[in-house]
Order: sequence, then C-alpha cells, then structure tokens
Amino acid sequence: MAYITCCDLALGYDGETILRGLNFQVDPGDYLCIVGENGSGKSTLMKTILGLRAPMGGSITTGDGLTQREIGYLPQQTLVQRDFPASIREIVLSGCQGRCGFRPFYNKEEKALAARNIEKMGLKGMEDRCYRELSGGQQQRVLLARALCATQKLLLLDEPVSGLDPVVTEEMYRLIDDLNKKEGITIIMISHDIAVALRRASHILHIGHSVFFGPRDEYVKSAVGRLFLSEERGGEQA
Amino acid sequence: MIDRLIYYLGFPFVRYALIVGVLIALCSSLLGVSLVLKRFSFIGDGLSHVAFGAMAVASVMKMTNEMPLTLLITMVCAVLLLRTGQKAKLSGDAAVAMLSVGALAIGYLLMNIFTPGGNLSGDVCTTLFGSTSILTLTKGEVYLCIVLSALVLAAFVLLYNKLFAVTFDENFASATGVSAGTYNMILALMTAVIIVLAMNLVGSLLISALVIFPALSAMRVFRSFRSVTICSAVLSVICALLGLLISIVTSTPVGSTIVAVDLAAFGLFALWDKLKTGGFIR
Repeated sequence: MAYITCCDLALGYDGETILRGLNFQVDPGDYLCIVGENGSGKSTLMKTILGLRAPMGGSITTGDGLTQREIGYLPQQTLVQRDFPASIREIVLSGCQGRCGFRPFYNKEEKALAARNIEKMGLKGMEDRCYRELSGGQQQRVLLARALCATQKLLLLDEPVSGLDPVVTEEMYRLIDDLNKKEGITIIMISHDIAVALRRASHILHIGHSVFFGPRDEYVKSAVGRLFLSEERGGEQA
Repeated sequence: MIDRLIYYLGFPFVRYALIVGVLIALCSSLLGVSLVLKRFSFIGDGLSHVAFGAMAVASVMKMTNEMPLTLLITMVCAVLLLRTGQKAKLSGDAAVAMLSVGALAIGYLLMNIFTPGGNLSGDVCTTLFGSTSILTLTKGEVYLCIVLSALVLAAFVLLYNKLFAVTFDENFASATGVSAGTYNMILALMTAVIIVLAMNLVGSLLISALVIFPALSAMRVFRSFRSVTICSAVLSVICALLGLLISIVTSTPVGSTIVAVDLAAFGLFALWDKLKTGGFIR
C-alpha cells in the first residue's frame, strides 16, 4: 500500500478543469519531483494533496499508516508574511499544533521535538531571533523545521529554493537529500529546475499537455521527457 | 490635582468607568494583534458601524436594554463579513465599505425619523464618539461587561497557540489538521463582542483605534509574537487609564482623549524604533 494514491484525479479551480485523468502513487521513501510548465496546475495539485481544496473528480487516498494530517508542508516563501513578528521557536512549535487537538498548550514532548528540529536545521542558539530578520535560506530552514514537527513521514515542498542564491540553494537541496536518505522521510517537491529534479529525484511526475509518471530513468527516455528536456535546453541556450 | 482625582474616584460611576475601560482596552488590544497581522483591521472598522446601526434599531424599537440585540446583529455581521472577506478577492473590501457606510446611514436615518423630539444630535454624538456614556453605566452593564471580557480573555488565553498558528500561516495550519475556519470565526465573534462593549467607552467611530494602535505600536519595537501581545496589552491598559484620568480631570471627551493618548504612544514607539535601528540606542 502506498502513502498516497491518486486515481483518475481531475484538478481545477473556479469550476474550470485544468488537468484530468491523473494517476500516480507515492511509496514510503520516494523522492518525487513534480515538474511542468507554469500554470499547468502544480500548486493546485499540491493544495489538493494537502486537503486544502477538494478534487474536481477522482480521488486521493492516503495509506500505509499515513493520515492526511501527517503531511508536512513547506509553502512557497511569498505566502508567509514578511513583516510578521515571531521568533524561530514560536514558528517551529506551531508545527506541533496539529497534534494538540483541543489541548490549549504545548507539552514537554512537543517542546523537545521543536528543539530537536531547530538543532537539526542548524538553527540552535537562534531560537529567539525574529523570523523577519533572517536571511532567505534561514527562513526556509525555519519553515522546514516547522514542517518536520508536523510529520516524520512525508514532506511536501513547494518551490523550496525560489529566491535563494546558488550557494544557499545547493545547501537546501543537500538538506532535503539528507532528510530523504538518512531519515527516510518521503519527499514530494515541486520544482522549476528540471536538471535538479533529474539529479535528485527517484520519481518524476510531469504534468501539462501530456502527463508522465514513473521512475526518473524512464522519464529521460520517454517522449514527454525528451521533448521537455530539449525545450528546456533550447531555452537555456537562447 | 491629586485631590481632585481622589475626590472624583469617590464616586462609584467613576470607578465603574475605570474598571470597564481597563477591561475593554485589555481585550481589544489582545485581539488587535491577530486582527492586524491577519489584515483583518477592516473587520473591526466595519463592525463598529454595524454596531451603531444595530444600536439605532434597538433604540427605535424602544428596547429597555439595547445591548443584547446590538450584540446579536453585530455577531451575525462579523460572520458574514469574514465569509465575504475570505471568498471574494476583489469585492471583499467593497462589501465591507458598503456594509459599514450603509449601516451608519440607516442607523442615523432611523434615529432621525423615529426619535420623538429630544436631543437627537446629542444621542448620535454619544453613540459615535462615546462622549459621556461610560460615566453613566449602570451596575448591570458593568457586570455584563466584566463577564463578557472575562470570557474573551479566557478564550484568548486558551486559544493563544492556535490563533498564532492560524495567523502565521493559515494553509499550513489547515494542512496539519488545525481547523482554521473555526478559529477565524471565533476571532471574529470575539471581535464583535469587544466592539459592542467598547461602544460605551470610545463610541463606534473610534473603536478601531483601540484595536489597532496598541498592536501597531508594539510591533514597532518587539520581535516575537508573545512579546508583541504582552506589550500591546500593557500599553493599551496604561493608555486607557491615562486617557480616562485625563478626561475626568480636564473634562475632555473620554473616547477622543484615550485615542489621543494611544496615538501619542504610537509616536513614542515609532521614535524608539527609529532610534534603535539608527543605532542611537543599543
């Protein structure tokens, strides 16, 4: 049984379908990259997986011990308010909120979990720093620590490196690799960068006019993949 | 001057005014932090006008106690405003503007048509600017105010962490199983309660100031959600007390005096922030 199974999924908003007949599954330990042109519905797919919007048709089911609530989420950076007064500790702890249910305050385990994840992301000693005064890369690591408080199983990353400089981008990718390889956390990542997707991911989901889902090696050989790759390279050269 | 203050404090209605003023200032500033950060400041403003309209309807219907009806109508509108604010992208703020101005106009119209003679402009002025109504509170109103503020305070403390999660990142909160819609609704309802209560203190036109100013001042200087919340609460209580005392001693209008003190505090905090970022204070 897979963590996530999508069956004949149709996506869209405001009553208009932008994508239909989507089938794929995510197994424990996978590193799935979702690629596709702008406006092909990547972010809508993300929101649907998170349960923030209902699918237009078909179904998404979770299984293998994963519940809908156990999906950690790293939003696109612009979605988080820039002028928000909040310390790193407060933000990371808020990742535990889903576990609390109706309990009003965080308990010891949750505080310890937050502290562990802050340390894991290399933010120890900065707990009281203000989020809005951090660099872009540090902000992403704070949000990653928060997502890790919400899950130990599956992370959804929406363009995790947009707006970061090359060095920090590389660091971020390495961090995500470590989470996948060393901690066994399943990753679903939306990415613009097809080269990175090919280098890091185990599976590729390409959405757009034509759809592909399968292991990375098959994608490179597939018609969709070849077309997209040649377009991308052509675009870079031009 | 101190003698005069002590003389005034001897009157029960002055003590009532102080108790109610402090409670309302405390509650409104706590909610204010979330409202400002969620870009919901407009809801406070819209609701205050709705409350004025509702008050007019209640007084036209010759109700002996206007509070329950006003509270009910305002709470219903809070829920409606929140819905439109979230769903519609373009018409949200237009809807709020329409509702608030509409309620203001209808309220005044109703009072004008149905109030037999009497001091109409005085009544309207009192509701809009709260001139002296805080000094004419009955014991029952004071108790009601204490109970409602206690409820709002308790709800705020119990929901503090959830409100933070929902305010900081609504999508993440919903995705991890926090029902953001419910907490937004509770926030709007608490705001409605506070606004109806605060009409007695500063009148319906100036309520937004009580909600927004302390939070904005605190955000100039403090950097974490908890410190902003605490600072905003302390600041608001101090400003309300100071404003009330000044207005009692110098017999200026209560509402405008409190708001003026809040404004001055905001100026001081902004200056503090400037000096700090400018490197003059370490």
